[in-house]
Amino acid sequence: MENQMPTSTHTIQVYKLFERIWHWSQAASIFILIFTGLAIHGTHSLIDFGTAVTVHTAVALALLLLWVFAVFWLFTTGQWRHYIPTTKHFVQVARFYAFGIFKGEQHPYRKTYLRKHNPLQAMTYLLVKIVIFPAIWISGIAYLLVSIGQGDFLGAIGMEYIALFHSIAAIAIIVFIIAHIYLLTTGHSFIEHVKPMITGNDEVELTVEELAFIMSDEPQKLKVDSSDD
Amino acid sequence: MRKHRLFSGSLLTLHFTFTTLLISALISATGSSTAFAKQHDPTIELGISEYSKTDQDHTVPARTVDSKSTTDHTTLKELAGPFFSGSEVTKACLECHNKAGEQFIKNKHWTWKYTHPVTKQKLGKSVLINNFCTNARGNEGMCAQCHAGYGYKDDSFDFSNQENIDCLICHESTGSYYKTPNSTGNKACSIMFAGKPPIEWAKVAQSVRMPGRNNCGKCHFYGGGGDNVKHGDLSSALFMPDKNVDIHMDAGGLDFSCVTCHVGEGHEWAGSRYQMTVNDKVGTGKPGMPREVASCESCHGSKPHDIVSITGNKLNSHTSKVACETCHIPAIAKGGVATEVEWDWRTMGKLKDGEGFKLKEYTQGDGKHRATYKSIKGDFKYTENLEPVYAWFDGVMHYTTIDTKFDPAIGPVDINSFSGSADDPDSRIYPFKRMKTFQPYDKGNNTLVYMELWGDTDSALWGNYDFAKSIKAGMEKFNLPYSGEWGFVETHSYWPINHMVAPKESALACNECHSGEGRLKHIDGVYMPATGKNRWLDIIGLLIILGTLAGVLGHAAIRGIATKRRRS
Repeated sequence: MENQMPTSTHTIQVYKLFERIWHWSQAASIFILIFTGLAIHGTHSLIDFGTAVTVHTAVALALLLLWVFAVFWLFTTGQWRHYIPTTKHFVQVARFYAFGIFKGEQHPYRKTYLRKHNPLQAMTYLLVKIVIFPAIWISGIAYLLVSIGQGDFLGAIGMEYIALFHSIAAIAIIVFIIAHIYLLTTGHSFIEHVKPMITGNDEVELTVEELAFIMSDEPQKLKVDSSDD
Repeated sequence: MRKHRLFSGSLLTLHFTFTTLLISALISATGSSTAFAKQHDPTIELGISEYSKTDQDHTVPARTVDSKSTTDHTTLKELAGPFFSGSEVTKACLECHNKAGEQFIKNKHWTWKYTHPVTKQKLGKSVLINNFCTNARGNEGMCAQCHAGYGYKDDSFDFSNQENIDCLICHESTGSYYKTPNSTGNKACSIMFAGKPPIEWAKVAQSVRMPGRNNCGKCHFYGGGGDNVKHGDLSSALFMPDKNVDIHMDAGGLDFSCVTCHVGEGHEWAGSRYQMTVNDKVGTGKPGMPREVASCESCHGSKPHDIVSITGNKLNSHTSKVACETCHIPAIAKGGVATEVEWDWRTMGKLKDGEGFKLKEYTQGDGKHRATYKSIKGDFKYTENLEPVYAWFDGVMHYTTIDTKFDPAIGPVDINSFSGSADDPDSRIYPFKRMKTFQPYDKGNNTLVYMELWGDTDSALWGNYDFAKSIKAGMEKFNLPYSGEWGFVETHSYWPINHMVAPKESALACNECHSGEGRLKHIDGVYMPATGKNRWLDIIGLLIILGTLAGVLGHAAIRGIATKRRRS
C-alpha cells in the first residue's frame, strides 16, 4: 500500500492507555511471577517458599483477570488485526537483524496506522499470545484446580507433568523477555523504543486518507509533529 | 488368700527398703570420702531399682477437676469401706455399674489380645514382641502392673472373673494409687518397688470419675519401661504441659484429658495403633452426630485451614496426601522428657562388685538423669525434640510375631511394618518415631524369641544375666520351637505419632519439606515443588536461558565491533 500511495510521517497515539496499563502491569506481573516461580521451583530461596506460593498464586490470578480484559479489548476494538501474520516485509526485517544491523543499515520497517508492529514482531507476539501464554495459564489453572481439590479429572496427567509443562512454558517466556528487551537496544536507542509504551505516541506513516480520518474523527490522537516532515 | 499374699509382699518390701537404705548410705559414704573420690562416679547408681527416687518413679500429680457427674461417690455408703484389696472395691463398683464388668472384659486393656481386622494377625500384649523389654508373655508377673486387673501373673489368670478387674487404675483421681508386680522377681529385683505408702482403699474408691490423664498416663506415658521410652509423643511432660508441648492438653488452655479425643462408650474407645484411622472420610460429621474416632478430622474436618485465603486453600490441598500430624507435630519428646531411640541388649549383664548398676549419663531437659546403661537391659540412647521419620501409611500395621521367620542377612528386622503408597487414596504421609534395637533372636530358626525376664528362678534374665538360660526358659514355657542357638539381630519398630501437637504458629514451615534437603526427601510418588528432583529440567532450562543470553550478547558484540569498524 505504502508503495502506491503517498504517505507522510506523523506522531500519533499508537498505544492506548489501556494497552499501556496492560503492558506494564503484565510486565511487572511476569517479573514477579518469574521471581516467585523460581523460588517455588527451588532455584533460589531469596523469599520463603510459603510467601512465594501465595504471591505467585495471587499475581497469577490477577494477571488472568487482566488477560480476560485484554482479550475482550483486542476483539472489541479490532486491535487484534495488528497481530495477523503477514509475509510483507518479513524477509527484509529478518535480513536486517541478521546482516543489515551490523552494517549500520536503517531499520527497513516503518510503523503504519494498521500495522504498528513489524512482521517479525507481530508474529512473535502472536506466538506469545496463542501458544506460550496459553501454555502457562492452562497448566497454571490445572495446577490450581488440583490444589483446591477440583482437579480429579487431571489425575491421569499428574501434578509432576502439569508442573513440568508449566516450567517449560516459563522458560519460553524468559527467552521471549530476554529477546524482547535486547531488541529495544537496536535501532535508534533504548529510550526511543520504550517511550511509546509510556507516552503512547510514536511516529507512524499515514496515508492521506488515514490522516484525514484521524484529523476529523480522532483529532486528539494526532500529536504535534516534531522535526521530521 | 489375696490378703495373705499382700501381707507377705509388704514384709518383703519392708525388708528391702532397709537394704536400699543401707546401700544408699554406703554409696553416700563413699561419695563424701575424698580418699575414694576417684572411684566414685555420680552418674553410677548401684542396684537396679526402678521405682522409688529414680527417674522411673511413675509420679502422677493429683489434680482436682470439677466433676459434672450426677453422682458424688464420696457419699456412697457402698464405698465407705473398709476395703482390704482392689477386688473388694471392684465388687462394690459392679454392684451399681452392673454392665461395666461384662463390657470391660472384652476390652484390650483386659484381654491383652487383638485380632487385626485386615491382616487377621493375632496381636496384643499377651503375645507380641517389641524391641524394648521384648516380651510381656511369660513375664506378666512384672509387666501386668499395667494390666487393668488384679493378679495377672501367668496364663492361669481368670479372664472371666469380673472381680479381677481393676476399676481404680483408670478411674481413681487421688494420684496415690499404684500397682506392684503380681509375682516375686529375682532377689536382685526385689528392691525395685520398695518404699511406697500403703493404699487407702476407701479414699481412692471414693475418688472415682471419668478417666483423667493421670490414669492413662500412669501406664501409657511410661511404656517400654520408663518415662517416654516407647512412644516419644507420650510422656510425663503431658501431665501438666504448656501449649508448646501440646496445644490440646495445655494445662493453662484447652486442658484436654485423653478421653476428650479417645471417645467411646461401653468401655470401648477410639484410637488403635494396630489399625489406625489415617484417612477419616467422615470428618466432623453432622451436628451432634456421635463419632467414636480419635482422628484430627473428627473435630477439625478435612479442610481445616481458612478456605477464603490462598494459603488456606493450598494447605487444605495437602490433606489428601499429608496427615495432619506431619505438619502439626514438628518434634516429639518435648517438654524436657527424652525418648529412647536406641537400645542395645548386647551389653546387658555388666556388674560392679557382683551387683547390677545403672549409668546415668544423659541429663534431659527437665534436669532428670536418665540411665544410659542398665545391667538388666543394656545400653540406651536418648533424644529430645526429635524430628520424626516420615512414610506413606495406610493405617494397617503388620507385625513380626514369634512365629514369623525372617532373613537376618537382608538387614534389620522390622518389628512392625506398614503398607501405604502414593497411589493409594487412603494413605497419607505420616510421622513415626523409629526405635532401633539389638536384641536376641533364634539363630537356628530365624525367629524372634521370648525371654524369661522376670521371676524368682535361676533362668530369669533380671538377676541371673544369662541370655541362653533366659531364652530357653522363655521359649519352653510356651512349647515354642527353639534351636538352642541364639544371637543378636538389629530390629526397628515404628511408632505412629499423634500427640504433642504444636500451636499452629509452630507447625512445620513450607520449606521444611519444600527444599532440596527437606524432611520428605525420601518420600516418593508425589510431586513436591522446590525439592529439585527434576535435574534434567534444571539443566536444560538453564542451558536454554544461558544460550539465549549468549545469543543476544553475541549479537550485541558483533554490532559493537561492526559500528567501530565503520567509524574507523
